[in-house]
Amino acid sequence: MDRSALLSVRNCRQAYHKDSSADLVVLDDVNLDLQTGEIVGLLGRSGSGKSTLLRIVAGLLRPTAGDVQWRGAALRGPADGVAMVFQSFALFPWLTVQENVELGLEAQGVPRAEREKRAEAAIDLIGLGGFESAYPKELSGGMRQRVGLARALVVHPDLLLMDEPFSALDVLTAETLRTDLIDLWSERKLPIKSILMVTHNIEEAVLMCDRILVFSSNPGRVASELRVPFAHPRNRLDPAFRKLVDDIYALMTRRTRAPAPTPQAMAADAGFATPMHAVSTNLLAGLIEAVAAPPYDGKADLPALAASLQMEADELLPLGEAVQTLGFGEIAEGDIRLNETGRKFAHADTDTRKDIFAAALRAHVPLARAIRRTLDERWNHRAAAVRFRDELEDHMSPDYAEETLQAVIGWGRYAELFSYDDEADQFTLEDIDGAA
Amino acid sequence: MKLFTTPAGLAGRRLPNVWDAAALLCVVGALVAVARAAQGTLVPLEALDQPQISLDPMNLPNYALRTTLRMFAALAASLLFTFTYAPLAAKSRRAGLIMVPVLDILQSVPILGFLTFTTAFFMGLFPGRVMGLELAAIFAIFTSQAWNMAFSFYQSLTTLPEDLNEAARGFGLTSWQRFWRLEAPFGMPGLVWNTMLSMSAGWFFVVASEAITLGDASWKLPGIGSYVALALEQRDIAAVFWAILAMLLVILGYDQLIFRPLVAWSGKFRFETTAGAEADDPWVLALLRRTHILRLGGEAMERGFGAITGLRLGRPPRGETAEPQRAIAGDAVFAVLVGIGVVWAIWRTYGYVATTLTWSDLAETALLGAFTLLRVVVLMALAALIWVPIGVWLGLRPRWARVVQPVAQFLAAFPANLLFPPFVVVIVHFQLNSDIWLTPLMVLGTQWYILFNVIAGAAAFPGDLREAARNFRVGGLLWWRRVIFPGVFPYFITGAITASGGSWNASIVAEVASWGDTKLAAHGLGAYIAQATDAGNFQRVVLGVVVMSLYVLALNRLVWRPLYAYASRRATLG
Repeated sequence: MDRSALLSVRNCRQAYHKDSSADLVVLDDVNLDLQTGEIVGLLGRSGSGKSTLLRIVAGLLRPTAGDVQWRGAALRGPADGVAMVFQSFALFPWLTVQENVELGLEAQGVPRAEREKRAEAAIDLIGLGGFESAYPKELSGGMRQRVGLARALVVHPDLLLMDEPFSALDVLTAETLRTDLIDLWSERKLPIKSILMVTHNIEEAVLMCDRILVFSSNPGRVASELRVPFAHPRNRLDPAFRKLVDDIYALMTRRTRAPAPTPQAMAADAGFATPMHAVSTNLLAGLIEAVAAPPYDGKADLPALAASLQMEADELLPLGEAVQTLGFGEIAEGDIRLNETGRKFAHADTDTRKDIFAAALRAHVPLARAIRRTLDERWNHRAAAVRFRDELEDHMSPDYAEETLQAVIGWGRYAELFSYDDEADQFTLEDIDGAA
Repeated sequence: MKLFTTPAGLAGRRLPNVWDAAALLCVVGALVAVARAAQGTLVPLEALDQPQISLDPMNLPNYALRTTLRMFAALAASLLFTFTYAPLAAKSRRAGLIMVPVLDILQSVPILGFLTFTTAFFMGLFPGRVMGLELAAIFAIFTSQAWNMAFSFYQSLTTLPEDLNEAARGFGLTSWQRFWRLEAPFGMPGLVWNTMLSMSAGWFFVVASEAITLGDASWKLPGIGSYVALALEQRDIAAVFWAILAMLLVILGYDQLIFRPLVAWSGKFRFETTAGAEADDPWVLALLRRTHILRLGGEAMERGFGAITGLRLGRPPRGETAEPQRAIAGDAVFAVLVGIGVVWAIWRTYGYVATTLTWSDLAETALLGAFTLLRVVVLMALAALIWVPIGVWLGLRPRWARVVQPVAQFLAAFPANLLFPPFVVVIVHFQLNSDIWLTPLMVLGTQWYILFNVIAGAAAFPGDLREAARNFRVGGLLWWRRVIFPGVFPYFITGAITASGGSWNASIVAEVASWGDTKLAAHGLGAYIAQATDAGNFQRVVLGVVVMSLYVLALNRLVWRPLYAYASRRATLG
C-alpha cells in the first residue's frame, strides 16, 4: 500500500485481567505505522500506555490482542534489528563500558575480534572514546546514556526504540545529548532506519520528531496525530515551534468527555474510579498562589507557566488536574483558570486554608468523604486502609490504587479531615479537632 | 559495610501457608528416611580399618590441611547446589511453591543433631572404606552451608532489576548468557556474604564431624576435629592448645587469602550506580590486581571465562504475555504429587516414631526445648547488653573500628567448639553448676555477629544526625534511646538473628561436655539430642531434632522476622 512500512501495529490492545471486576485496559485499539527515515514520538501523560506500546514493539511484551508486523512478518519476541535505549540507562554495573556495548553482539554470537572493532567504533561515534575500560558508576548521567545509545547502535538496528531517554538527565545534559543525536541522524551517520521514542516532554517531541502520536489516558488510546513540518536543526524560539507546542498543550488538556454514567453509578463510584496523583499540598498551594498572583491574576497559559516555574508538562499537568479535581479551578485548552474558591484559598491564612481544603475534599473527593464518614460511624474511630485500597483496586491497577490512596492520605492529613497511622495501616480521628 | 539480609530475615514478609506445612512434613519425612537407612547399615561398619590419630603436634599441619580440603570440597558442592536449586525454584512457579519453604525449614533444622545418621548413611554407601567417612564429613559441612547460600541466590534471582532484565531480553541474551551476565553477577555480593557466614558454620561442623561416636562404635578421620576429640579423651590440655593454634592459623590463612579478597572483589557486583567510598583492596587482591604477571594470568583466565559464559547455549528470550497462562491440569498434577509426598512423609514418620515414643516423650522434649529457649533468650539479652555499647563506641571511632572489625569477623569464623575444652576444665575443676556455666559456651562463637554488625551500624550512622544530636545537646540516656539505638537497631537485629540461629545449633555440643571420664550435662534439648545419639536411640534423636526445628522456626517467624521487618521499615526515610 505505502512505502516500505518497517513496522505496523494493528488494533493493539493490552489488558490485565482482574478477578473481581472488569479488565484493566492499558492500551485500546492502537494503530501505528513506522516508515523508513522518520522519527516518531509517542507523547502522553504517565499511565497512557505509551511505554507499554514501546515494549510490545520491542517484543518484550505480547499484546492481549492485535497484530504486530515487523519487516513484514509477525513479531514473536525480541527481534533482530530492534534495539532499545532505557530511561534508567539499564547498564550492567559489573561490566565496563566496552563490555556493556558488546553485550548485544555477544548475544548474536559475533566473534570476539569483530565485536571489539564494532564496539570501539560505536563508542567513538557517540563520543565516549577513552572511556572503554570505565565502569558505569564512574560516569556521569549523560555519559551513561551515551553508553546506552552506543550499546543500542552497535547491533546496527533498523529501528531504535527510546523510552524517555533524556528524562533522567539534567536540562543541559539532556539538551546536548538530544542535539548530538539529531546531528548524527541528520548527517546519516547512524546505522539505523527509524527511531520510535516515548516522551512526556512536549518540547522534546517537537524538537526531535517528524511525527507525534498524542496518547490519552485510561485507557491508552491515540488521541491525535501531528506532523512536525520543521527541518533540523530546529529553533525552540521560532514562533511556529512555539505555536505547535501550545497546540499540543491544548490537545493534552482537552477535556475528554467519557460517556455520562447513570446518577446512581456516579454516586457509588465517582472518585473511587478516578486515579489521582499524589500531589503534595505544598506544591498545590504554591501553584494556586502563583496563578492567583500577577501577572496571571487567576488565569495562566500552561506552557508559559511551565517555563516560568521550570517544570515539565508532566509535572505541571497533574498539579493542574488536582486543582480541577478539588474544585479550585479548571484546566482547558492549554490554560489554567482559578475560580472563586481557588482565589479565596490563595489569599487565606493557614487555618482558613485548611478549612477550605477540608470542605473541598468533602465536596469533590468521594473517597475522602467515605473515609471520614466511616471513621465517624465507628465507635473507636479507626478504619483499616486496606479496605479502601481493595475498593480502589476494583477500578484501577494496584499501583494507581496505591498512589490514589497516598494522594487522599496526604490531602486528608493536611485538611485535618482524618489522620493515618502508617504502622497499623489504619485511618483514625486522633488529633483531629472537632471529631466526635 | 552494607547491611545484608540474613537467612532468617530473607523470607521476610511471606505469610505461613499450606505449602510451609507440606514442606515441614516433607523435611521431617526425609529425616526419618535417612535415620532408618542409617540404622540398617550400622552393623558392618565396625570392621572399618581406622587410621590412627596421634597427638604429636608435628602431625597437625597434615591434619589441618585435610580438614581444610574437606571444607572446600563441601563449599564446591554447596555452590553447585546453589546454582541449580535456586534457579529452579525461582523460574518454575510450581517448583518454587514447595522448594522455597523446604529451604526455609532446612535452614532451621539443627543438622548437627543429625550428624551421626548422615555418617552412618554414607558409610553404608561405601562399606569398609574411609571414603564413606570422608563423604559423610563433607556432606555434614555441606548441610551447614548450602541452605542460606541457595536462599540468598534465590532472593537475588527474584529481585532482578526490571530494566536490566528487559535489556538482557531485548538484546537477545540466551538463558546461559543471561545467567552469567545478569543473574550470577547480581546475586554475587549476597552470595559471597552468605558463603562467609556459611564457612563459619562449616568450620564448626567439620570439627564435629571428624570424630563420630554412635552407641559403642566410634570413628575418627584424620583432622583437627578428631585430634581435639582424642585430646579430650586423654585429658591432654597442651594438645588442645596446639589444635587451637593450628586452627587459628588455618582460619587466618583462609580469611586473608580467600575471603577478604573475595568480599572486596564482590563489591564490583554491587547494584549501585553511584561511586561510593571504597575501602582499600585487601593485600591479596592488591597483589593480584597490581602485579604484572599475576594480572596477565588473571586476564587470560577472564578471557577464557568470558568465552565460555558467552556461548549461545540455551533458549533465546521470548515475548511475555501480560498474564501467564495457568495450566490447570499441570497444577493439579503437581498438587497431587506434593500430596503424595506429604502422605508418604506422615506415614513414614508415624510408623517410625509411634512404635517407641509416647506423648510424654513429646512433652519432655517440649519442656527441655523451653529450657534451651530460655538459655538462648538470656544469652541474646546479655550479649546485647555487653556488645551493643562496645560496638557503638568502636563504630563511632573509625580508627578503632578498622582494627577491631576484622578481628570480630575473624572470631565469628573460628569454630567455638575447639574452645570448649578449656572452659570445661575450669567447670570441672571448680565443680560449677553445669546448668548455668555450660550455657555461655552456646554463644561463644556466635556473639561476634552481634559485635561486628553493631560496629558496622554505628560506623554507617549518618554524620549529620550525630551533629544534630550534639547541636540540640541530646545526651546520656536520651541519646541512646532516641539517636543511636534506633540507628543501629536493624544491624543489631541482623547480627542477633545469625547469633541466635547459631546458638541453637551449638546447644547440641555445648549442653554436654566431657573431660576424660567426667561428663557434664545441662538440662536442655541439645543435651537430650546428644545423649540420645550416644545411646544410639534414633527415635529420640529424630524427635529432638524435629522439636528443636519447630522451636527455631517459631522463634524466627514470631520474633525475628517481625522485628527485622519493623527495624528495616523504621530505619529508612521514605
